[in-house]
Amino acid sequence: MVDLSLVAQPRGLDPASPLAVRGLTVTYGEKPALYSLDATFPVGAMSAIVGPNGAGKSTFLKAALGLIPRVSGEVTVFGRDVNRARDRIAYVPQRASVDWDFPTTAIDVVLMGLYGQLGLWRRISGAQRALARACLDRVGMADFADRQIGQLSGGQQQRVFLARALAQNADLLLLDEPFAGVDAATESAIIDVLKSLKAEGRSVIAVHHDLSTVTAYFDHILLVNLRRIAEGPVARTFTAASLSETYGGRLGALQIEGLDLKEA
Amino acid sequence: MQDFLDALVLQAGYNAALVTLGAALLGFAAGAGGSFLFLRKRALVSDAVAHATLPGVGLAFIAMVALGGDGRSLPGLMAGSALTAWLGLLGVEAIVRRTRLAEDAAIGAILSVFFGMGVVLLTVIQNMSQGRQAGLESFLLGSTAGMLYQDAMLIAGGGAMVVAAIWLLRRPMTLVAFDPGYAAARGVNVGRVDLAMMGLVLAVTVIGLKLVGLILIVALLIIPPVTARFWSDRADNVVWSAGVLGAVSGWGGAALSASAPSMPTGPIIVLIAAALFTFSLLFAPVRGVLASVLARRAFQARVHRRQGLLALSRSEPIHDGLTLKVLTREGLIRPDGVATDKGRAAAAKIARDEHRWSVARRLHHDTALTGRYDGLTPIEEVFTADEIALFDTRVDRIGAV
Repeated sequence: MVDLSLVAQPRGLDPASPLAVRGLTVTYGEKPALYSLDATFPVGAMSAIVGPNGAGKSTFLKAALGLIPRVSGEVTVFGRDVNRARDRIAYVPQRASVDWDFPTTAIDVVLMGLYGQLGLWRRISGAQRALARACLDRVGMADFADRQIGQLSGGQQQRVFLARALAQNADLLLLDEPFAGVDAATESAIIDVLKSLKAEGRSVIAVHHDLSTVTAYFDHILLVNLRRIAEGPVARTFTAASLSETYGGRLGALQIEGLDLKEA
Repeated sequence: MQDFLDALVLQAGYNAALVTLGAALLGFAAGAGGSFLFLRKRALVSDAVAHATLPGVGLAFIAMVALGGDGRSLPGLMAGSALTAWLGLLGVEAIVRRTRLAEDAAIGAILSVFFGMGVVLLTVIQNMSQGRQAGLESFLLGSTAGMLYQDAMLIAGGGAMVVAAIWLLRRPMTLVAFDPGYAAARGVNVGRVDLAMMGLVLAVTVIGLKLVGLILIVALLIIPPVTARFWSDRADNVVWSAGVLGAVSGWGGAALSASAPSMPTGPIIVLIAAALFTFSLLFAPVRGVLASVLARRAFQARVHRRQGLLALSRSEPIHDGLTLKVLTREGLIRPDGVATDKGRAAAAKIARDEHRWSVARRLHHDTALTGRYDGLTPIEEVFTADEIALFDTRVDRIGAV
């Protein structure tokens, strides 16, 4: 008998990682958006993807999910092909991608998170409705269940989208700029929920743009600017040196000092 | 008139009753199916599909005559029209995908080219010696005249099948229409759902050719959803009420046309749908024109009331006519412009709330709450009594300034 676990993984991608990519390359036309990127996100942690505008952060999430074609590269989710692990992923797209006049209420949006269980035939059961309501409650939006989504503020809309992801009961959450353009109350409500997900052993990966909160919110960081600049635990990787390499001259010395980082 | 009423309650003979039922089912399928097109913002693609049926009608006629059959057999004409409509649809998709042209340009190109080909073919058929070509032009505007029992059954059965397919696909189609990126992340094949959506529209078009005609079927696909949107904020309700609106239009139109056979069916169905639309546009709650005018005026009155009271609290004169009218109507000022006791109390309250808000902005940590200041929302709706009492202790301290 051969112990299969001793045979080297041909892919070389960590099968325990909720999201691992190797050599990921994406181009728009012939202009590269991401170049040969490697990353291995740890399980049960909060990870940030950080980089300047146009660095390919959102592109990374979309390409990893297969929403846009990749020129080359491998992607695994918990060691499996992404298409075979979709049930374990919940994706929260950027808020701007939706038509806010669409006839749907907050609770309807959350019920879309149950799409997988509902299938084509089945009616929505009372238990499923209660679950959707509980998800809204968890993000502090239970009172707004029957509002048309266009009548909610930006922060409230973002919380409803997070509730839809919660309804999926996924092990991996991928969020695209969840804190962009939201109020302080929403930001703290979202971060509380994300931290409670982490406490349940789930993995969270978010595209993040606010450098001042990286240390407080995240455990692991991937610094990107078309290619991988650095990846690792925030305490070790989020340094003045790696930041100035990521942002180039765009980030002044004063701004970096303001972050009060340890020198590597 | 009696004829029309008979037709309306299905008492104008078996065939007429079947045609009326068929039109209602077709209307339901068109309204419900068109809703997804409307929600996906691709309503006009259906116009290209509809116009692309015409060459198929001509080709099928020629083929059937060449094979020695009756050129006017409805199933054959429907098969031909479905074929060219499908080609037209693929043409639109290909232009959008492979070139830099936007969808509207692709629709314009396909619609006109296919319709042009169809007209040429119909002219050729007019000059053909064999075949009884009379009646093909009824496919442009629709007609119930001379409809066979089998034709009516075909329309009714086809409509029912499309409705069943819509019911089956409602969840993926809603998901894709609302948030295609999220749908794709869930593993939904967005391209295939879009194709299924267009397939349903194509089916409605082909089934409706004889009854509504290819020029106006697009109206039956678009007007009922737009009408339904006035009455509901939920996708499910929009889809099924659009179905009902379409069914009512189809039923009424077919009945009218059956009682006056010289009238084309399509335009009558569309006019009924348009009447329902106009009524909704004017009188729907919240989204209707009347409701929004009233809401705007009520809002304006609230703004003027507040401006007036602020002016009173500062003992400034009021010149604005509407402000004076609003304040007088509520008994806050006397006709000569002097504040009543009630007016003075209300003004004092408004001035105090302004101070409370400015304290709240300095004191309160929750910007979502302090951000709700719009000058009109009562402070009691935003903060608890305890919080307001806390603000008041600070107001008193700075209020003296």
